[in-house]
Amino acid sequence: MKGTLRFLGRYIAKVKLPLALGVLTTLVSVGLTLYTPVLFGRAIDEMVGVGQVDFGVIATLSWQTAVMIAVNVLCQWVSGVCFNNLTFRITKDMRVDMMAKLMRLPLSYLDTHRQGETLGRITSDVETVADGLLMGFSQLVSGVATILATLVFMFVINWLIALAVVVLTPLSLFVARFIARRIHSGFARQAETRAKQTGYVNEMFTHQKTVGAYLGEARAAKEFEEINGEWEKVATKAVFYSSLTNPSTRLVNAIVYAAVAALGALSVTGTLSLAEGLTVGGMSIMLSYANQYTKPFNEISGVITELQNAFVCCDRVRELLDAAEETDEPNATRLVSPRGDIDVKDVSFAYDPHRPLIEHLDLRVKAGERVAIVGPTGCGKTTLINLLMRFYDVDKGEIDVDGKDIRTLTRPSLRYHYGMVLQETWIRHATVADNIAIGKPDATREEIEQAAKEVYADSFIRRLPQGYDTVIEDDGSLSVGQKQLLCIARVMLIKPPMLILDEATSSIDTRTEIKIQKAFGTLMQGKTSFVVAHRLQTVMDADVILVMKDGHVVETGTHDALMAQRGFYFTLFNSGLN
Amino acid sequence: MLSYFKGYRLQAFLAPLFKLSEALLELLVPLVVADIIDRGVADHDTRYILWRAALLVGIAVVGFGFAVTAQWFSAKTAVGYSAKLKSALFGTVMGLSYRQMDEVGVSRMLTRMGSDAMQVQNGINMFLRLLLRSPFVVFGALVMALIVDPGTAWLLAVVIPVLSVIVAGVIVGCLPRYRSVQQNLDEVTRLASENLSGARVVRAFAGEEEEKRKFDRQNRLLMFTQKVAGHIGALLNPLTYLVVNGGIIALLWVGGLRVDHGELTQGQTVAIYNYMATILVELVKLANLILTVTRAVASARRISEVLAVEPDQTFGTATQGVESPFAIRYEGVSLRYSEGAADAVSDVSFEVMRGETVGIVGSTGSGKTSLLSLLPRFYDPTEGKVLLDGLDVKEYDKETLRRKVHVVGQQAVVFADTVRGNLLWGNPAASDEELWQALRIAQAEDVVLAKGGLDAFLEEGGRNLSGGQRQRLSIARALVGKPSVLILDDSSSALDNATDKALREAIKEGTDCTLLIISQRSTGVKGADKILVLDDGLAVGWGTHDELLSSCAVYREIYQATGGVR
Repeated sequence: MKGTLRFLGRYIAKVKLPLALGVLTTLVSVGLTLYTPVLFGRAIDEMVGVGQVDFGVIATLSWQTAVMIAVNVLCQWVSGVCFNNLTFRITKDMRVDMMAKLMRLPLSYLDTHRQGETLGRITSDVETVADGLLMGFSQLVSGVATILATLVFMFVINWLIALAVVVLTPLSLFVARFIARRIHSGFARQAETRAKQTGYVNEMFTHQKTVGAYLGEARAAKEFEEINGEWEKVATKAVFYSSLTNPSTRLVNAIVYAAVAALGALSVTGTLSLAEGLTVGGMSIMLSYANQYTKPFNEISGVITELQNAFVCCDRVRELLDAAEETDEPNATRLVSPRGDIDVKDVSFAYDPHRPLIEHLDLRVKAGERVAIVGPTGCGKTTLINLLMRFYDVDKGEIDVDGKDIRTLTRPSLRYHYGMVLQETWIRHATVADNIAIGKPDATREEIEQAAKEVYADSFIRRLPQGYDTVIEDDGSLSVGQKQLLCIARVMLIKPPMLILDEATSSIDTRTEIKIQKAFGTLMQGKTSFVVAHRLQTVMDADVILVMKDGHVVETGTHDALMAQRGFYFTLFNSGLN
Repeated sequence: MLSYFKGYRLQAFLAPLFKLSEALLELLVPLVVADIIDRGVADHDTRYILWRAALLVGIAVVGFGFAVTAQWFSAKTAVGYSAKLKSALFGTVMGLSYRQMDEVGVSRMLTRMGSDAMQVQNGINMFLRLLLRSPFVVFGALVMALIVDPGTAWLLAVVIPVLSVIVAGVIVGCLPRYRSVQQNLDEVTRLASENLSGARVVRAFAGEEEEKRKFDRQNRLLMFTQKVAGHIGALLNPLTYLVVNGGIIALLWVGGLRVDHGELTQGQTVAIYNYMATILVELVKLANLILTVTRAVASARRISEVLAVEPDQTFGTATQGVESPFAIRYEGVSLRYSEGAADAVSDVSFEVMRGETVGIVGSTGSGKTSLLSLLPRFYDPTEGKVLLDGLDVKEYDKETLRRKVHVVGQQAVVFADTVRGNLLWGNPAASDEELWQALRIAQAEDVVLAKGGLDAFLEEGGRNLSGGQRQRLSIARALVGKPSVLILDDSSSALDNATDKALREAIKEGTDCTLLIISQRSTGVKGADKILVLDDGLAVGWGTHDELLSSCAVYREIYQATGGVR
């Protein structure tokens, strides 16, 4: 709770001005709202009977109230605007911070957390926090102010009854606390099941086409029904408990009201001699104030419900923002135009400590060399790439670029000098041109088209409805191969000194691949490159071929040398051709 | 949309009824207080005063009972409704055709399931709780005022319509703005989800700053629209306050004149004043209710748009094919994805005999996937006919067709589930023995054994598998269904040559299905009985490997490019 408040405090600090103005206008508005009836009462007091109405006084009072009403209306709107501004601002700040955080989180975080769940934190959780805050801030301030102001008025009229009201207050607070606690756990469970549901729906919608192809709609519906049923049970309880606050406080109100009625009546009759001089009129004012006084408790407990919910979600937001980041070493330096010497020294790595993957790997690559990594699927090829680009850090040993341990370099500068093309394409919902320019947002159209031409993507792009300005949708409009061409064009545009091609051309037809290989050939000249491939023909001319098996490099050498060895590579190569 | 209340109708009816009873009880309170003043205080009867005070507590307790019951029914109805709505929505989305799914988009559907369903739930909850209470109190106050003095109560009759116009005006002003808030929120969701899935690429291109900027820009846009909508909504309370208090000032003058003329007493003026105040309090509640309900209606409309999507494909009733020498026959088939777009497939005809293996080769974007997606009717041809076992594919019922034809796509799909759960998509009734057999054919037996058997859990998107392992599992899933036609759409691209070859041989030996293999390389289809060569959507070659080598220039080029050196 304390941590959550401190966390929120960071965001609130940025909106001090609207907060102060909002609170101020709310206070003015509460004061005026409570005082206006007093003036109305005085006006009514002037209407004693036939021919005894003092219209002069009524006119003065009318003017006064008219001005007060005008000021009040303005204050009410200004406070609404202020609280809107600060809430939406905080929402925006949180979301933007979360996105920035995502960029700094290690990939292992993203690899081990469901996407739908993380997405839920950024979208619906932040929204719940905002809703809670919007209601919370404005109603808490006006509620508390109303209670205090009413108490003052009551003490002025009759201290004994006012005291009785104050004594009964803890009853309200106790009820509110009791309910609040139940609500908190109810909402936490609801948020949990909702996250589960979101995760499942996300996965099913993403793979909707596959499910459809396998007639899996019924099975998906059944699985969803299970999760949905669980959610319904939990959510019904959570919603019910949260809606109990209103009736409960109303019950407490009614008890207070009855007490005021009894005490007031007994004071008027003189049975209670402690507080004398109460008239019937005074008693009815006390009663109406007793109503005024307890009403805000209703609102405040409503606020507590919202706040409870908001706090639960806030914790989930905070959890993401507090997750350990991949931070660069404090004195990390930027990698500036490296030659591209890469030295892998006695490196060991495992995703899961119980299942060692890469062990004692040594590899020396001189600038400009082409390294091919081959081996059966699952032998650790992709993992090596993860280590080179520092998506993961080595467990033991070190990797050097130009003699510098890459852990002493800033990650963005290291990664920027690698051009990476993965087997799995990632295309964003944006124009073709924007997709190519991802590594160089300020690239000119000529540069983009040039890059596309070099990877033979230009002709298919021109055939798209709006050419380079065609917006690429989620899925469907481009084939996997066409998407891959765009991914390769991205690298072509920035021409980095080191290249990583992780089965980059596996989904491109060979006719095009030959052309791309040629383009890569030009690109790779004088640059260090790592090519992961399963088609051994494409790596025959590499400077070094690294044959991996079960996390170990079992053979290294040129194609001819390896073939002459008649070892594992030889077997692999021959099996591939027949 | 009303049909989702089914099973909750009684609760939906009882909730406002109990709420109404609670409100009625509350209206008794002033009468009891009047009794205390008129009899208890006037007669100095302490006993009477205490008894009446106890009655007040009694009314409160009974009222509390009613209220709690009402809240329970209303929570039950609102959540129940939203659960049903979500089920229906989920079912509809899962049943959308490929073309429809392309149109609606995943991220928008996620918002419908998430925040839109939530808004509807809140709307129903609020509606049931305040439905009878607020209008009843407003109307009741007007009636009471008219009984007291019609000569002044007409002020209320003026104030109420003016208030209604203001409320309606604010709502009309807010509605389109809430819609654009929602659209911007959709966009924020989409951006966030894109960055989650593309984290590796963004980092590899050191594009973090640019992504942050984009996200920031979209969030600013969202914030702006939220503020505009919020500021208009914030007008509601001050404006209603203004009208009601203006009405009270008018009441002072009208009432003052009538008192001066002896047509009204001071006490009656107070009563009408009180009713005016009551109306304000309840109207503000009502206005907030209407705002919540309006938002809910906007959300409900978006959801119902999806629910109203009609299936754009009709399936026939045939459950088996007719006598025919061909398993598959394409007759002059063309496919365009949208009006005005170029043909993805153009006038293609070919036939496949039962049990044959046919390869489809061609460059990227030549229409290979599009051509075969017509067979299981993922899309329907714009022109021409596709026949399966002698019958137009449109004649089959959906179940039969999709059981006959299984497709393994380019991107291997793995669900967050056990290996068994993943494989059973192919055929929910398959035995473990059948699963293992499919795994063996797909060369995935050792993969599954290494992971710990059929009950090993696979992470979302198969993150704990390599690309090749994912592909083999996808192939196994298709084999579990024992289809009569199996389409492998470049689905072994991440396998090394040795595994790929073993896989093809195992399928030939272990099953009797007609096999269609889409491939980029000629080695993948070299051994096929027939090969179809596509170029720019057109069929440019048809024959065996050797025939094509001599007759088809495009095929020759592909073969040579594949390192067909030896």
